[in-house]
Amino acid sequence: MIGQGRLAAWGIGLAALVALPFLYRDPYHLHILVLILIWSFAYTSWSMMGRFGLVSLGHGGFMGIGAYVTALLWNHLGWSPWIGIPISMVAAGALALIVGYPCFRFRITGHYFVLVTLALSGIVLQVITATRDYTGGSLGYTPNRASGNKLLALQFDDKTTWYLIALGVWLFGIVVWHWVDRSMARYALEAISEDEDAAAAAGVDVTAEKLKITLLSALMTALAGAIYCQYQMFITPDTVSGIAVSLQMVFAAIVGGLFVSLGPTFGAIITILLAETLRIGFGTKAVGWDNLVYGVLLVLFIIFLPKGILGSLLDRLKPQRKVPRAHEQEAVQIARPGA
Amino acid sequence: MFMQAFLDIFDIYLLEAVINGILLGGVLALLALGLNLIFGVIDVTWICYAELVMIGMYAMYFMVQYYGLSYFIAAPLTVLLVALLGAALHYLVIAPLLTAPPINQLLATGGVLFVLQSFATVAFGIDFRNLGIRLPVLAFGDMNFSYARLLSFLAALVGMVAVYLFMTRTFTGTAIRAISQDRQIMALMGVDTKRIYLITSAIGGGLAGLAACLLVLQYDVHPFVGLSFGPITFLICVLGGLGNFIGGFIAAFVFAEIISLGGLFSDLEWGYVLAFAFFIVMMFIRPAGLLARRR
Repeated sequence: MIGQGRLAAWGIGLAALVALPFLYRDPYHLHILVLILIWSFAYTSWSMMGRFGLVSLGHGGFMGIGAYVTALLWNHLGWSPWIGIPISMVAAGALALIVGYPCFRFRITGHYFVLVTLALSGIVLQVITATRDYTGGSLGYTPNRASGNKLLALQFDDKTTWYLIALGVWLFGIVVWHWVDRSMARYALEAISEDEDAAAAAGVDVTAEKLKITLLSALMTALAGAIYCQYQMFITPDTVSGIAVSLQMVFAAIVGGLFVSLGPTFGAIITILLAETLRIGFGTKAVGWDNLVYGVLLVLFIIFLPKGILGSLLDRLKPQRKVPRAHEQEAVQIARPGA
Repeated sequence: MFMQAFLDIFDIYLLEAVINGILLGGVLALLALGLNLIFGVIDVTWICYAELVMIGMYAMYFMVQYYGLSYFIAAPLTVLLVALLGAALHYLVIAPLLTAPPINQLLATGGVLFVLQSFATVAFGIDFRNLGIRLPVLAFGDMNFSYARLLSFLAALVGMVAVYLFMTRTFTGTAIRAISQDRQIMALMGVDTKRIYLITSAIGGGLAGLAACLLVLQYDVHPFVGLSFGPITFLICVLGGLGNFIGGFIAAFVFAEIISLGGLFSDLEWGYVLAFAFFIVMMFIRPAGLLARRR
């Protein structure tokens, strides 16, 4: 249960976050904050299943579907994002079930699961590129500017509105995280991530539990993609889908810490600030330097700090609070086939 | 006479696509072999495998176009370079993580993917480059085959046979196969696992280098070229059963045919999409791979 003190801390923190855009209006900094909030939501969505050892590299695919389906419905059929976003989420969810069911039903775990989902995000990228007559291919895609009602089109010009929307979505992600954290499903999934056979023997429906969390995670990721598209008003296959985006999610979640609710958010803050600083530091004189430093740091993180910054920090602060569960001693533990 | 009758039965384009598929399958099988070898022996998946190939393609480009080396001198140098890169990858990234959970090793190589891609962007820019070698087109009946594809196919076969001979006829090869069967016992038998891992990584890298020499004949090189054949290589390895060399070999040709035939009716990208759909269906039928891995 959340104690009184923590509840108060959350309340004050939230009030400060809501008040921020009214007191501080620098558009660039607000833009960075909105990006951090949207990506935090995406990373939180990923770690919903990632924390239970279901390491998916297919979330780039779900995010791409969320962004592209919403934008395509708006441009070609004139359907408002208010209808388009749920449809795109359903599409991503359906894909998650189609790919997830055989994986879970036939116990495809470990390397296999990672590679299957990796291929999934690669394929979504290929489909977007292949349907270039509709999606603009690798050149990117821009939703049409709304001529009428801005609210109906979910297009806003001022950063403050977007900041508040992103904040709401991010908060929703954190609430869902806590909801899962306190549900029975969490215990079932933790049992599964430690030993699938033992969990099944104890009466856990392994396939159903995994499917549920995968579906939830995919739906939220698609929502993140759609919100990102509506905010940026420009998407390319490389920025919202594909392997690079999937890896980016995994890394940010791991850098921040997988097993604490604010870990992915922390990861988003660090990675986005890092990327922005490097981008500004190196300027336009050398494209790619930012990613180079980024990649090296990520490798170092996985080798030396696998629990993530926030995770390690919290451990340091309260060492005797609880004995870490076996699966939390590793960045992500996955059941090995036949282990 | 007989040839003509034979060609009348089959649609000429269909046959051309089938044969092109076989030729493509050779290179895919080579890629899958390298990845399978690493997985089978070290139990690690190199997510950045296709990026090693990309670096190799750049090496070929610079040696041939910039320094004016002959293709056949540049090729062995490239194989050597990527082999060293593979060994370095193992030494620097995988070795410190050998006792870590497997997913961390996999993600660390994902970080290397970022590093290699952005290194190529920084060092070589994002322009598409090619060798500028135009190999003749082979006309056979009414069908046209690119000489480059034929050459790649043959070289891939030679490479695979060489690896097979190495694995079965030499002491080191035997030790590699033994380690893939039992990791713990072999160390007790006096085999230096560290050395074997390093050699295996170098061989895996060398195969990526060979693939690079062959792919650069057919495709332009750019920093993100790895993304266009990386996913398909992973699909092939999973379909064949990770670590299963023969399964990977068969799966490579199955996929190559699907891509080639799919590309006949539509764009090449749709060939990939079809291959993925086929893959999902196969997962329902044979979840452990075409040939389940021996334990």
